[in-house]
Amino acid sequence: MSVPTMIIQLAIAFLTTMGIFGLTLLGSLPLGLLVYFGKTCRFRIIRGIVTVYISIMRGTPLMLQTMVIFFGPSLLFHTQVPDNWRFTAVVIAFIVNYAAYFAEIYRGGIESIPVGQTEAAAVLGYTRGQTFVRIILPQMFRRVMPSLTNEVITLVKDTSLAHVIGTVEMFTRARQIAVAPNSPGMLTFAVAAVFYYVFNYIMAFIMSRIEKKFSYFQ
Amino acid sequence: MILEMKNIQKAFDGLQVLKDISFSVDSGEVISVIGPSGSGKSTLLRCATFLETIDAGSIRYMDILAAATGAEGKAVYAPKKDILKCKSYFGLVFQQFNLFPHFNVLKNLTDAPVLVQKRDRAEVTEEALELLRKMGLSDKANAYPDQLSGGQKQRVAIARALAMNPKVLFFDEPTSALDPELTGEVLKVIRQLAEENMTMVIVTHEMPFARAVSNHVIFMDGGVVVEEGHPEQVFGDPKQERTRQFLQNYNR
Ligand SMILES: Nc1ncnc2c1ncn2[C@@H]1O[C@H](COP(=O)(O)OP(=O)(O)OP(=O)(O)O)[C@@H](O)[C@H]1O
Ligand SMILES: [Mg+2]
Repeated sequence: MSVPTMIIQLAIAFLTTMGIFGLTLLGSLPLGLLVYFGKTCRFRIIRGIVTVYISIMRGTPLMLQTMVIFFGPSLLFHTQVPDNWRFTAVVIAFIVNYAAYFAEIYRGGIESIPVGQTEAAAVLGYTRGQTFVRIILPQMFRRVMPSLTNEVITLVKDTSLAHVIGTVEMFTRARQIAVAPNSPGMLTFAVAAVFYYVFNYIMAFIMSRIEKKFSYFQ
Repeated sequence: MILEMKNIQKAFDGLQVLKDISFSVDSGEVISVIGPSGSGKSTLLRCATFLETIDAGSIRYMDILAAATGAEGKAVYAPKKDILKCKSYFGLVFQQFNLFPHFNVLKNLTDAPVLVQKRDRAEVTEEALELLRKMGLSDKANAYPDQLSGGQKQRVAIARALAMNPKVLFFDEPTSALDPELTGEVLKVIRQLAEENMTMVIVTHEMPFARAVSNHVIFMDGGVVVEEGHPEQVFGDPKQERTRQFLQNYNR
């Protein structure tokens, strides 16, 4: 395989990597908020369930969680899974895992906001919903941006874990190419590393722009 | 009568902080609440502004009975919409300002009137700019709270409360978080409001100010009203030994 072909092959597989990345963020950022609500819910049962869920997500490897979600349905119900299940399973596993981390980050951010903010809003007659959306959320995002940036960068690298169930994202593709006869060998991994690095560089840049947007206030 | 609180009781996990306190606020009155630390002054204001719920007693704003002791001896609160109505009757100025840091000064003033009171934005904005002018903060309309000094923040907080057109304004130690050289500008604004007959209840440790600005003084200690009356009487000729001691400690 020639070097240009290798690069093109990696680029195609990188679309899958970006797909996992984008869909995971799209799903887990809002789901994290829902998990946060569960974690702070006034009903003990819901609080309990969510606490256990978060601790499992954080206490076991994402690789293992991905396998459980991928193999789970066929083992439990002895059914055939559809062809595109690989990709779907990865995205579900990643969303559910990252939502747990995001929920904890949100919680830290919200708890660091002085209670006076909520009290001022309450006295002015804001409802609880209005207070959360208009007063708490913007301040929370301002506070958690650095942590979110960390997670986003970790996520780019975590996408390579999808290889355990044979999803052909870029890392899997690179391995396939590298071991094939007449391949560019190690160079393939070097190019893959450049792909990851450049993508992360761009993401970090975007995050810092968003952070700047929020920094008009203290 | 704007506010009437009767036989208010409030305990925090076993600690009885308010013991059967009654007080009322008439239109145009300026009431100072003084007393030693931990006597329950903030708790009283927080009960009046629904930041805390009372255990027993009654709270009435104008024509709305917001809370009253029910059959079981426990205070029962009126439905949400009545409480919301009451909230449009009062404003509260906090010791720590509690401005919204992500809103500029003007939006701090206009957001609640537009969102909560559903008033016309243009009209609210005009009123807000006028309030800022009165507070000497015309040039700060577009500034963010963290760009202001403590004294400026507190004046914005006062303006934010006034933007709701309240019938009574509560202050909880409005100058305690300020550097000494900044208290003057805030006290001046409050004095100006008093001259305009704004009804106010002010918890303060600034005794000369309380004496000068108010027409009624309440001295609290240990969760009860020990003495109250005209400032000249309470400060000049206190009847209770405890009041005398408190004021003496202050003058030293
Ligand atoms: N949320 C709370 N939980 C438990 N105890 C509380 C709470 N709020 C107030 N207290 C207690 O109630 C008592 C009265 O407090 P409060 O803040 O009303 O006093 P204060 O007169 O405003 O004092 P200061 O002059 O120091 O502001 C104190 O003993 C305080 O510790
Ligand atoms: Mg206090």
